[in-house]
Amino acid sequence: MAKQLLTVQINGKTVEKAVEPRSLLVHFLREDCHLTGAHIGCETSHCGACTVDIDGQSVKSCTHLALQCEGSDVRTVEGLAAGGVLHAVQEGFYQEHGLQCGFCTPGMLMRAWRFLQDNPDPSEAEIRAGMAGNLCRCTGYQNIVKAVQYAAAKLREQQPATA
Amino acid sequence: MIPPQFEYHAPRSVGEAIGLLGSLGGDAKLLAGGHSLLPMMKLRFAAPAHLIDLNRIDALRGIREEGDTLVIGAMTSENALIASALLQAKAPLLPEAARLIADPQVRNRGTLGGDIAHGDPGNDHPAITLALGASFTLQGPNGTRQVAADDFFLGTYLTAMAEDEILTEVRVPAQAAGTGWAYQKLKRKTGDFATAGAAVVLRLDGRVVSQVRIALTNVAPTALRATAAEATLLGRPLDEAALHDAAAQAMAACDPADDLRGDRAYKTAMAGQMLRRALLAAAARC
Repeated sequence: MAKQLLTVQINGKTVEKAVEPRSLLVHFLREDCHLTGAHIGCETSHCGACTVDIDGQSVKSCTHLALQCEGSDVRTVEGLAAGGVLHAVQEGFYQEHGLQCGFCTPGMLMRAWRFLQDNPDPSEAEIRAGMAGNLCRCTGYQNIVKAVQYAAAKLREQQPATA
Repeated sequence: MIPPQFEYHAPRSVGEAIGLLGSLGGDAKLLAGGHSLLPMMKLRFAAPAHLIDLNRIDALRGIREEGDTLVIGAMTSENALIASALLQAKAPLLPEAARLIADPQVRNRGTLGGDIAHGDPGNDHPAITLALGASFTLQGPNGTRQVAADDFFLGTYLTAMAEDEILTEVRVPAQAAGTGWAYQKLKRKTGDFATAGAAVVLRLDGRVVSQVRIALTNVAPTALRATAAEATLLGRPLDEAALHDAAAQAMAACDPADDLRGDRAYKTAMAGQMLRRALLAAAARC
């Protein structure tokens, strides 16, 4: 099949590449853009290791065609840290031991990043529901919840409510 | 796992999509949220030569009120259903069910129309639309027609939608004050299909059931309207005897397949249990 031209913003940079229609976003990111943060876990939209952000929404990039991102603003874990400084969600996972093997972590970080923008002061139950699309086989989730709570507190400190 | 090769089309209007569907014929599939179709393509259960992506058609999204009817664009996402104040006020069964579907990421992509048009008995919106008495607008080359949810689900992956038609909107009667509703879904884990599910819309006159619609998820080749269970409840108080009889009638209508979620006897028993819980929850909201 003929490749089609795709123009997309990835972490704030314009990327223009010819892609096969059947190319999944996660493969495009990893193999064509060399952004290997989004991981391929289950490849069936269950595990969430491939979670990225498209136009302000968390999406599992294994179940999304690259071509469907035409004109979109895609964010991956590579775009989280600014100027060599960890983002609050990254710091939270580091401080609270929110990972062991680390395979699920890029997806966890991207989901937590979006979740805390949608809900800056979540309860524990809301965190567990908001992170329900991301599986971790190491931690038992307790420290992931703590990491998100840490990040929520830090982000609220950085950006006090204007209301 | 990469899907087999196909040509990708991203029409901007329903008319353009119907034109493509007409010219590409049976080799084309419509792509909605993609969370059923893309996994099926990865597994080679589906290998369409053309995908017609409906995501660029803005007219297929949104929720509005037309008199006593809520009109929901077929490409409205599950999370948009959950966030809708209009639905929470006038068709709260829909957001209640959407919260029990998949997970936050999948609900950003998964659509109401895709869930219905796929014809999978494990999907939740078929039973929800049956319980709500919804109807579907199908648009094809010769115009539009309305099909009631009651007449839409013909078999597993088989619906009343013709090959050259697109499901454009779901029409749901706005709920009258004093109506109770509930969806009870037994699932093993987040993201799983129901082992069994029961949707109920109920009105009471005093303690007596005056109106009721019941539909079941994933316990037959299609979502199932439990009409015998409805009939047994009408005109009776919702006491233990009525709950027992309704559950027995619903279970008699079940025809589930054995699978990892359980055998026929277990799934049938769980359908009865989900119906009991849904009836009590709906009654508490009347």
